[in-house]
Amino acid sequence: MYQYNGFDDAFLAERNRQFRKQVERRVSGALTEDEFKPLRLMNGLYLQLHAYMLRVAIPYGTLSSAQMDRLALLADKWDKGYGHFTTRQNIQYNWPKLSDVPDMLDALAEVNLHAIQTSGNTIRNVTADHFAGAAADELEDPRPVAELIRQWSTDHPEFQFMGRKFKIAVSGAIADRTVLKAHDLAVRIVRSETDEIGYQILIGGGLGRTPMIGKVINEFLPKADLLPYIESIVSVWNQIGRRDNKYKARIKITVHELGIDEIRAQVEKRLVQVRERFSGYDQTVLAEIQEHFASPTFRQDGTSSYDAACAVNPLFRSWADANLSEHRAPGYVIATVSLKKHGDTPGDATSKQMRVLADIARRYSHDELRISHEQNVILPHVHKSDLPAVYDALRNAGLHTANVGMISDIIACPGMDYCALATARSIPVAQQIAQRFDELKLENDIGHLQVKISGCINACGHHHVGHIGILGLDRAGVENYQITLGGDATWDAQIGERAGPGFAYDEIVSAIERLVGGYLSVRLGPEETFLEAYRRLGLAPFKAFLYPEAQANAA
Amino acid sequence: MVRAYKSKVVTANALIEGDVVYLTVDDKWTRDLAQAELLTDEAHSQLRLLEAERQPGQIVGPYLADATNGQTGPEPTHFREKFRRNGPSNYFHGKQADSSLQRSNRR
Repeated sequence: MYQYNGFDDAFLAERNRQFRKQVERRVSGALTEDEFKPLRLMNGLYLQLHAYMLRVAIPYGTLSSAQMDRLALLADKWDKGYGHFTTRQNIQYNWPKLSDVPDMLDALAEVNLHAIQTSGNTIRNVTADHFAGAAADELEDPRPVAELIRQWSTDHPEFQFMGRKFKIAVSGAIADRTVLKAHDLAVRIVRSETDEIGYQILIGGGLGRTPMIGKVINEFLPKADLLPYIESIVSVWNQIGRRDNKYKARIKITVHELGIDEIRAQVEKRLVQVRERFSGYDQTVLAEIQEHFASPTFRQDGTSSYDAACAVNPLFRSWADANLSEHRAPGYVIATVSLKKHGDTPGDATSKQMRVLADIARRYSHDELRISHEQNVILPHVHKSDLPAVYDALRNAGLHTANVGMISDIIACPGMDYCALATARSIPVAQQIAQRFDELKLENDIGHLQVKISGCINACGHHHVGHIGILGLDRAGVENYQITLGGDATWDAQIGERAGPGFAYDEIVSAIERLVGGYLSVRLGPEETFLEAYRRLGLAPFKAFLYPEAQANAA
Repeated sequence: MVRAYKSKVVTANALIEGDVVYLTVDDKWTRDLAQAELLTDEAHSQLRLLEAERQPGQIVGPYLADATNGQTGPEPTHFREKFRRNGPSNYFHGKQADSSLQRSNRR
């Protein structure tokens, strides 16, 4: 993992000192709220419905045990004993006081964490594959590149006050687990025909009010050109992107209006200038960063205790079936810890749970944890023989839910329970859907099904790319939920189709139950997932499940 | 026909704590919506909002929110303002917890 050097420490200390003074000046009246707001946003501090909210970056989703312990400490000392893991590898504290935030930031800095650029019209926290460094299908660990981009983008003078925010994701695997095509810019580590490693670059993806799938701007970028090329893209967009209309300011609109070929031509032209400013030192830095991400030493050991536990404990077995993924090292697995216990808030962890996770990682996962955009926690390097002990520790903390990738593993934004922008609640809808299907005992039979819920059109809950997407709106002063179907968050990314009129708050869970019941009745067999059935049959039959009355009236 | 003015309250978030506050008749900020001044006249509402905006040392983001006259004082009409008055629905946090604390203290 990356360890801050003297430069990083000094930079962050100075930045936190500045923010402390900014807070003091706001409280003394020397700064107006209009002057203070962009400063607090640049440091991750929002004002939400009931309180301030501090959004802390978890760069490329990686945490050490000491960092997770520190997140728990913040939750206890300055918040209400819990934190909310978001869909962009951040953690949000929902109840801090303005006067406490400088102390919180200092406490984070001690473990190399910060909240810089987790808001504002700047380059945001860089996300990466949550299986980075562990996945069996990985060409190269994406985190050194993500860390390089973090360092380059932090306080980059040209990109602090842009027309709109800019989100970057990096993946180094065959499968896309980062929703690359929903990012302003995506870096995909690829191998050329001549066996050279380089980068495929996509731009112009995004969800929100105008969802767009990212397009390839460069099929194969040589390694040394990465930062100059990204800088050229952001620079071109920062100059030509629309500033007349906030809703048309993102790069997806620029790409849509001008076309990817025109943008590519402008970027290539800009690259000639930008490249001159890069002396090649960035490659020296990258090489240094790479050393921080050296692979742990994996042990050779038998797995008979794992096999024995599977044989005698069906609960352990079903957890292992649902929550484990293939690791690149023999005898090891990647364990996903679900933060989606039926009826709980998706993505929330108590301080006690955070400490348990830190302790498990310290003992059984080479001191490493990951946070996924799906709002779960990953133990990236667990030897199979340790899994029974890991499972027991998780069970004691209520963290043993066996539902990864299933209907109750729901992504949900905070919605109107917390967010000032929300138009409806998300969390209770997620809680009720999870509980309903738990009661029906249908989850395992339904299989892989991703439900994603947003409480407004900004789509933090990724509803456009959910197999079932739910969007909460305010319709004449009443919460109303629109359903989209057939979205896909993988490399085959697809924006879901709107199914029809929305449902009231007290109708939405039953509507989802009808929809899923309908799927079970039309699928070819248990091996055909909801998404596959939807692709085979199209919208019409699913619409009939959702709106039986319209069907009856038409008959 | 002139449309009847929908009554309002001035609301904001407290500068330090960030929690929801309402403007009272005697120019104080209360955490209890029932104690807020109900504004039934448009011109007076705008005036009170201006007066609130002149208190940046205490509050952030004042605005006029629709409210009706309930049995114990102003009550919200829109669900957003109901959440602001009560707190989130997933945990017993925010105003709902604070006010129950106040009630138990009073006993």
